[in-house]
Amino acid sequence: MNFHLTEEQRMIRDTAAKFTEDVIVPRAEEMERTGEYPYDIMERMAGLGMMGIPFSPEDGGSGGDWVGMHLCIEEISRGDASLGGLLDVTTCVVAQELQVFGTEAQKRKWLVPMAGGTEIGAFGLTEPGAGSDAGATRTTAVPDGDSWVINGTKQFITNIGFRNASLVIVTAVTGGGTGEKAIDTFIVPKGTPGFRLGKKYDKMAWQHSATHECIFEDCRIPGDHFLGKERKGLSQHLAVLQTGRISVAAMSVGLARACFEASLRYARERVQFGRPIYQFQAVSFKIADMAMNIELARNMYLKAAWLKDNGLPHVLEAAYAKLFASEMCERAASDAFQIHGGYGFMNEYPVSRYFKGCKILQIVEGTSEVQRIVISRNL
Amino acid sequence: MNLIACVKQVPDTEAQIKVKADGSGIEEAGIKWVMNPYDEFGVEEALRLKEKAGGTVTVVSVGPARAMETIRTALAMGAEKGVHITDLDNADAFATASALAAAIKEIPFDLVFCGQRAIDDDSAQVGSILAELLGVPQVTIVTKLEVADNKIKAVKPIEGAQLLIEASMPCVVTAQKGLNEPRYASLPGIMKAKKKPVDVKKAADYGISADFKANVAKMMPPPSRPPGKIIQGDDPAVKAAELVKLLREEAKVI
Ligand SMILES: Cc1cc2nc3c(=O)[nH]c(=O)nc-3n(C[C@H](O)[C@H](O)[C@H](O)COP(=O)(O)OP(=O)(O)OC[C@H]3O[C@@H](n4cnc5c(N)ncnc54)[C@H](O)[C@@H]3O)c2cc1C
Repeated sequence: MNFHLTEEQRMIRDTAAKFTEDVIVPRAEEMERTGEYPYDIMERMAGLGMMGIPFSPEDGGSGGDWVGMHLCIEEISRGDASLGGLLDVTTCVVAQELQVFGTEAQKRKWLVPMAGGTEIGAFGLTEPGAGSDAGATRTTAVPDGDSWVINGTKQFITNIGFRNASLVIVTAVTGGGTGEKAIDTFIVPKGTPGFRLGKKYDKMAWQHSATHECIFEDCRIPGDHFLGKERKGLSQHLAVLQTGRISVAAMSVGLARACFEASLRYARERVQFGRPIYQFQAVSFKIADMAMNIELARNMYLKAAWLKDNGLPHVLEAAYAKLFASEMCERAASDAFQIHGGYGFMNEYPVSRYFKGCKILQIVEGTSEVQRIVISRNL
Repeated sequence: MNLIACVKQVPDTEAQIKVKADGSGIEEAGIKWVMNPYDEFGVEEALRLKEKAGGTVTVVSVGPARAMETIRTALAMGAEKGVHITDLDNADAFATASALAAAIKEIPFDLVFCGQRAIDDDSAQVGSILAELLGVPQVTIVTKLEVADNKIKAVKPIEGAQLLIEASMPCVVTAQKGLNEPRYASLPGIMKAKKKPVDVKKAADYGISADFKANVAKMMPPPSRPPGKIIQGDDPAVKAAELVKLLREEAKVI
């Protein structure tokens, strides 16, 4: 048993922490308020190699591991959780899917620039009628000569609205080559005729994350854009989603830390009834719980990431981490708001932003209910 | 060009420093250690010169085993190799500079960078002593640097003016805030840092003893600040009068 991070993992964490403090924290309020995409920050994250931490240099990556990747996601999310989401979707879901299931040619063409962070990836699974029930996908892909023709609509698609988003991996119903219904995955580059973005969603928070509808109308892609094995599209995607769950856990820990730090600072300064409110147990116990839950959630996501790095199964651990971390984060955000009293409701205090931003962590990459389904089915 | 950057590991500027009860030093438990911020300017400047004119950057550090992390950070930023002198705990400026000088003399060098001071002991002596021991010119507290024809032109701010100082190379430059904006260690850089060579040395390898010219006899926390006073009342004129009275009679500042 060894709980020590390696020297490299510590250095990755420390670099990400410093970058977050210097570059992201001073901009977080403005990004949320204006909704402007932080391309300059994304460029610097790419330049430091953050989008490619777990991939080998041949694949355009930094040569690190999944523990290091998630330590980085936690630190970045402490400054801005939606930038943690950028890393989750680009690296942990889309780039990983290309890396694990892509052909050599697909990896050279799409993975290398994505791991280098110059291009951003998106995943299109969710549809108006297919959310938690991803198997209910209605988008279709029909073979036509050496190409596929895709029709359908995907919704709530993260990242695709960024100008440097290169592609969306789309799940679609096919005949699976045998005429039977199957779900396969396809790489659809941005700019392909017949693929356009629908509305940009007006969201409760994360205004500067580019979430759009994706519309496919007789969208024709070459046969070599098929990703992975026939009939395996959904299971391939669910395999990488396990990593996405570890990422959402790391994002939750980062955001909960921001709540904790703001609460501790405020409670020590705010004086009521002649003493700092931290001296009232009703306040300090909330902060004690935050500190404890953050540590527990971090241990869980690190264990899941460690299992992944060691090639061991981690379905349950990823679900535990995501479920526990996202739920404790909501509690931390709510308590941080409570500790700030009326100021917690004011936009000039960051806790109002944390409170708005925490709830989504219990939805993406499988809702809390879906995590409980995954857990109970695997017991 | 052969460039040397001297680095020291110091407590993070945000760290809560507690003095040990016996006054022998600070409590190290829970302290986050970082590269001295002024040394970062030196490392960055060395890397920029290397990137422009070619050459190698060697980082040299005197410090306990944990200082290896700081050397690795400089290697992750882009330096080629390191020298780590490990057994001079609590060394004074002279012993530190002596060890650095002995290590640097074994490497060909054109330009040596130090931070203008370390933020922990604030002694601001090591760079200058080092230049003397190496027998080369020094320019301290530099905010701008140009290198051409085996000479440096360095800008040093002084009260109300700036000096433009020329010096021949090899020489020692101590870096001040403003010299540059240090880069972050990149993640591929971090992964490569471990494979870069670091020479681990003992002071005795250089014939240096731990017999220091200056020793810290005792460390004491700064006196605690008396609590502030808030002047109550509704009438600004009365409050102002009370403030003036307190400033004159109690604080004795006017
Ligand atoms: C900001 C944002 C970004 C997103 N990014 C992406 C993206 O990049 N790519 C992508 O494909 N999708 C994305 N999504 C979609 C997200 O994954 C889905 O919203 C999520 O999976 C839930 O689906 P749904 O919204 O259709 O809710 P539904 O599935 O309709 O669920 C509604 C409620 O019913 C519950 N429920 C459903 N089924 C069951 C059951 N069997 N038992 C118990 N409870 C159940 C759910 O837990 C939930 O509480 C994003 C969503 C948001 C809001």
